[in-house]
Amino acid sequence: MNAVVTVRIAMRALQRNKGRSLLTALGIIIGIAAVIAVVGVGQGASVSMKDQISTMGSNLVMVFPGSQRTGGFRGGSGTQQTLTAEDGDAILKDCPYVAAMSPIVRTGAQIVYRENDWATSIQGIGTGYLPVRSWDLASGEPFTENDMHTGVRVCILGQTVVDQLFADDDPVGKMVRIRNMSFRVIGVLTRKGSAAFGQDQDDTILVPWTTTRRVLQNSPFNNVNQLLIGLTSMDTLAQAREDIAGILRQRHRLAPGAEDDFTVIDMTEITQTITKVSSLMTVLLAVIASISLVVGGIGIMNIMLVSVTERTREIGLRMAVGARRRDILLQFLVEAVALAGAGGILGIVLGIGAALTVAQVNHWPVLISPGSVLLALSFSAGVGVFFGFYPAWRAARLSPIESLRHE
Amino acid sequence: MLIELRHISKTYRVGEIDIPALRDVTISIERGGFLAIMGASGSGKSTLLNVLGCLDRPTGGEYRLDGEEVGRLSSDALARVRNRKMGFVFQNFNLLTRTSALENVELPLYYGIPCTREERRRKALALLDRVGLSDRIDHHPSQLSGGQQQRVAIARALVNDPPLILADEPTGNLDSRAGADIMRIFKELNDEGITLIMVTHEPDIAACAKRTIHMRDGEVT
Ligand SMILES: Nc1ncnc2c1ncn2[C@@H]1O[C@H](COP(=O)(O)OP(=O)(O)OP(=O)(O)O)[C@@H](O)[C@H]1O
Ligand SMILES: [Mg+2]
Repeated sequence: MNAVVTVRIAMRALQRNKGRSLLTALGIIIGIAAVIAVVGVGQGASVSMKDQISTMGSNLVMVFPGSQRTGGFRGGSGTQQTLTAEDGDAILKDCPYVAAMSPIVRTGAQIVYRENDWATSIQGIGTGYLPVRSWDLASGEPFTENDMHTGVRVCILGQTVVDQLFADDDPVGKMVRIRNMSFRVIGVLTRKGSAAFGQDQDDTILVPWTTTRRVLQNSPFNNVNQLLIGLTSMDTLAQAREDIAGILRQRHRLAPGAEDDFTVIDMTEITQTITKVSSLMTVLLAVIASISLVVGGIGIMNIMLVSVTERTREIGLRMAVGARRRDILLQFLVEAVALAGAGGILGIVLGIGAALTVAQVNHWPVLISPGSVLLALSFSAGVGVFFGFYPAWRAARLSPIESLRHE
Repeated sequence: MLIELRHISKTYRVGEIDIPALRDVTISIERGGFLAIMGASGSGKSTLLNVLGCLDRPTGGEYRLDGEEVGRLSSDALARVRNRKMGFVFQNFNLLTRTSALENVELPLYYGIPCTREERRRKALALLDRVGLSDRIDHHPSQLSGGQQQRVAIARALVNDPPLILADEPTGNLDSRAGADIMRIFKELNDEGITLIMVTHEPDIAACAKRTIHMRDGEVT
């Protein structure tokens, strides 16, 4: 019996019980759809996160206050008063591998222009910020060193803020109110686009860090949430980290053996963390996928056993007209595989649809790799073989005469 | 001789009790023969036919079909024998439901010598024409009368050109006119040299055969 005919007979048998076949395949459909959707969103997120990291400037090193072990910077940036803008200046001055530096002070506020208002994040920055992040201005001027010293009320707007507050007006030169204080808009950033998981990088306002500290936060201290440091080259990363740590330890008067009261992070570490998180996610997904595939497979096995019983006379007849045991085995096996495979294909279509819907609604990036589709397909076929084998073997083992007599 | 049975016995075991369905059956059937098997219900007619049809293995004795000792064959080899050397006609037709007459007739070809779709169709069409059903090729069994269904079954039995046809009460579910149609076809086939073995209860059906044997309690009398 040739392969094409076998497949055709199997497809016909499934079509005869369309509703039942669909219900049986539902386990596989849902399992595969879930995996395809989540993998698509996950991979999209991880790729765009990596993209974003590379657009952030790959020569980036970040310093946060607080030690890594006490979870300082995780516990909330800036809760400790250990890192100051002067620390950053010293690093820029004394470490030959550092090209640029910017302190960062973060806060949030409502910003008002005429009758429009918008709540957004405010980043107090130094002059080094734009070059380090390789972020250009769409219009206007960047902050000057003088702005930093005087703490003047000027700001640079991200594109999302512009979209929300200014209909057609050119924002540059306009006055906006932040926490009821007037700020002059001196520039507008180019659009960076949304980052992974929908975090909008353009939804931000840049203000000189001194202004943020003195005027918005009303604080006399120079401590900052973060130092953003651009290295001259990634090749000297190790030396740069060593220098930075040395300078900070000296400035903070830490005794030898004492724990660092700051945390230095570079991009390779972040990339590694993302890789770790995404591979953890992959393992989790694999577990979910295998559970749903097993459940789906048991459903297929169950319905195939019912089918074998129902069609005992058909099996007997086929044997009487010359079907060998392996023909019968193959017939039911192909049927199970077709059932699982069709479920897999439907699941893939449904999963891609779900992922694209998620992408549309939440503006998340989605990446459906051909590899994951192929894997899903071969897995569902594999489930068909595995769980279809026992019913098929039962069918093949029947004796022709008893099957023919079966009521 | 096409068929030689020597001391064939078949004993069913149900629980602790042995039920001898065939006892020491020794018969020969020549090529081109037409044998009717008669006997009371439970006398072992179907059991004998199933042994002859290689659907069931005897518990004792020898069965030579076409010079070949069948008892020693594997189940795959028996399937091949059933496919190439014989065709079955059952009392209850045993057609595949929700499958067209044409495809029902084609069924044994799927398990035989590989042949193309066109060949299969051509053979099946010729046989349906021969049994007078060329206008019913796309009908499903449920859309056919009993007599028509049995003629489809005969076409199916003939599709591999077997030398032997085995029929277990082929007219048992039919009225006398449809039964007579079937017997006319059987006689034609026998005239062409096909060997027929048929179980029946009805003496006028058995009268169509060249030879009749009677069974009682598993023995040929
Ligand atoms: N699978 C079986 N298990 C046990 N006993 C069986 C089995 N098949 C048949 N028998 C017994 O074997 C004997 C012969 O049965 P068989 O079917 O050959 O009779 P038959 O002559 O064809 O009768 P009928 O005219 O009613 O069809 C009967 O006594 C029956 O009970
Ligand atoms: Mg009988």
